[in-house]
Amino acid sequence: MSEKIKTYKTHPFSLVYNIITKISVTFTIGIFMLIVGYIIIKGVPNLKLSLFEKEYNTDNVSMMPAIFNTLEMLAIALAIAAPLGIFCAIYLVEYAKKGNRFVKLIRLTTETLSGIPSIVYGLFGNMFFVIALKWKLSMLSGGCTLAIMVLPLIIRSTEEALRSVDDSFREGSYGLGAGKLRTIFKVVIPPSISGIFSGIILAMGRIFGETAALIYTAGTIAKYAGPGDSGRTLAVHMYALSDNGLYMNEASAAAVILLIAVLLLNGLASLIAGRISEQ
Amino acid sequence: MSGEQAVQAVKKNEIRPHITGRAIEKIMQGVFMLCAGVSIAAVVTICIFMFAKGCPAIAEIGVKNFLLGDDWSPRNVPASFGIFPMIVGSLYCTAGAIAIGVPVGLMTAVYMAEFCPKKLFRFLMPPINLLAGIPSIVYGFFGMTVVIPFVRNTFGGTGNSVLTVSIILGIMILPTIVGMSVSALQAVPESFYEGALALGATHERAVASVIFPAARSGILASVILAIGRAIGETMAVIMIAGNSAIIPESLLDSVRTLTGNIVIEMSYADGLHYDALIGTGVVLFVFILLLNLCFSVITAKKGEN
Repeated sequence: MSEKIKTYKTHPFSLVYNIITKISVTFTIGIFMLIVGYIIIKGVPNLKLSLFEKEYNTDNVSMMPAIFNTLEMLAIALAIAAPLGIFCAIYLVEYAKKGNRFVKLIRLTTETLSGIPSIVYGLFGNMFFVIALKWKLSMLSGGCTLAIMVLPLIIRSTEEALRSVDDSFREGSYGLGAGKLRTIFKVVIPPSISGIFSGIILAMGRIFGETAALIYTAGTIAKYAGPGDSGRTLAVHMYALSDNGLYMNEASAAAVILLIAVLLLNGLASLIAGRISEQ
Repeated sequence: MSGEQAVQAVKKNEIRPHITGRAIEKIMQGVFMLCAGVSIAAVVTICIFMFAKGCPAIAEIGVKNFLLGDDWSPRNVPASFGIFPMIVGSLYCTAGAIAIGVPVGLMTAVYMAEFCPKKLFRFLMPPINLLAGIPSIVYGFFGMTVVIPFVRNTFGGTGNSVLTVSIILGIMILPTIVGMSVSALQAVPESFYEGALALGATHERAVASVIFPAARSGILASVILAIGRAIGETMAVIMIAGNSAIIPESLLDSVRTLTGNIVIEMSYADGLHYDALIGTGVVLFVFILLLNLCFSVITAKKGEN
């Protein structure tokens, strides 16, 4: 230790550099704790049982319809995005030949999709699903918009999971006379299933917290919505409450639920992914 | 024939496995390929819809009036659609976010990659990654109830300001910068570091003058990604920006971004006003596409080295 201090005496730059990095990391971790702590401390006292009553009205801005709609939105978006994303990854890993132009195009477009801001998805969803396809403001329009948005996430994590399966598994399966399809579903997918799930859970977190892409595709009506009806998810609910400034306490309660759900989902995804990388 | 050759042969369809459902195999291959094409179809459709609706509107307003006009009053007669204040607003806020987020993010990344004990790393990295998972609406709420009063009390003004937006965006881009820069720094070969030590550099000097420059393309890529995040962020921004459609003259003035312009007015826009909002989206979209292009050029170069 004393030796270190001696070096720092002759190299003041090193000392300063070292301290700056420590301040930065403290700031980064501190801001995370501050945000999470603030939302929880502010929101938990406002989590009243009445906020979980069945009906929403202006006296009691219950978040039950919003929670129901959020789950429905998850179901719709994942029902579309999960098979598409997983099949796309299967094609990329198991079928496509290296350097194929089609593959390059897929990579370019998935990269582009993951860079597009959610408001542009919202605009597109409004023009395409809501107006051009005449689906109106509905859960289905919103779900399809979000499905496109999370597609790159699912493709990337599934692809990584499939690639981590050793080729000897495939060789063994072919050697025993299994066809390609059987090899994929019986040999390649089972060991990579947790990787695929971690991608889907990440996508759930994204859908849970999304607002900008939904306001003009699924709308902001605070009722239990069928797939063809307009309805607000919890994130949109929270925006609507905090936007007019009348329901800040209720908004903070919604923030707690939203934050905890999203943090749990993200934590779960990285836990699963971490376990895979350890294996 | 070795196992590997067998796999290659199956891939090239030279060996046809003994199965009854050869038709099913073919059909499923087609299905997989079709699904793979969806992302291409999505990007093409998004581009077509954005440009087909936005560009005529921009042409009708006049490219110069639209991009450089500083009067946005869509409800006036005659209406005026100049989005220059919003372009400037977006650029100011993004620049502010970079000024706050990049130094902090890079120094955090340096600590995580080079100074952090392994045991501590396992505890410090998850919270940083979780910052990326917090929904933007929650950031907006935090900004509204914490950062706005803070700015108002310390610097004056209403608190709805470029500075507030920059602070929140600066926080929001931290996980992007830290995550990518940490992997870039960790990818630098150990021999670089050892060489610097052998020449008499301290640990810190070796990191600052050898490892950091060696990782620069990955670090630059992380900054570009962060710029894209900041310029495209919507909900957090509109809750704290004040949203007046004039060019801000100081850090404490209210500001409206391109993204904010779309969300705030979409609910009641129709006709040319609606199309002008799509036009705003097109401008934003082009910004993002250019950033994507820079990003893929940099990462492709990195792959070559």
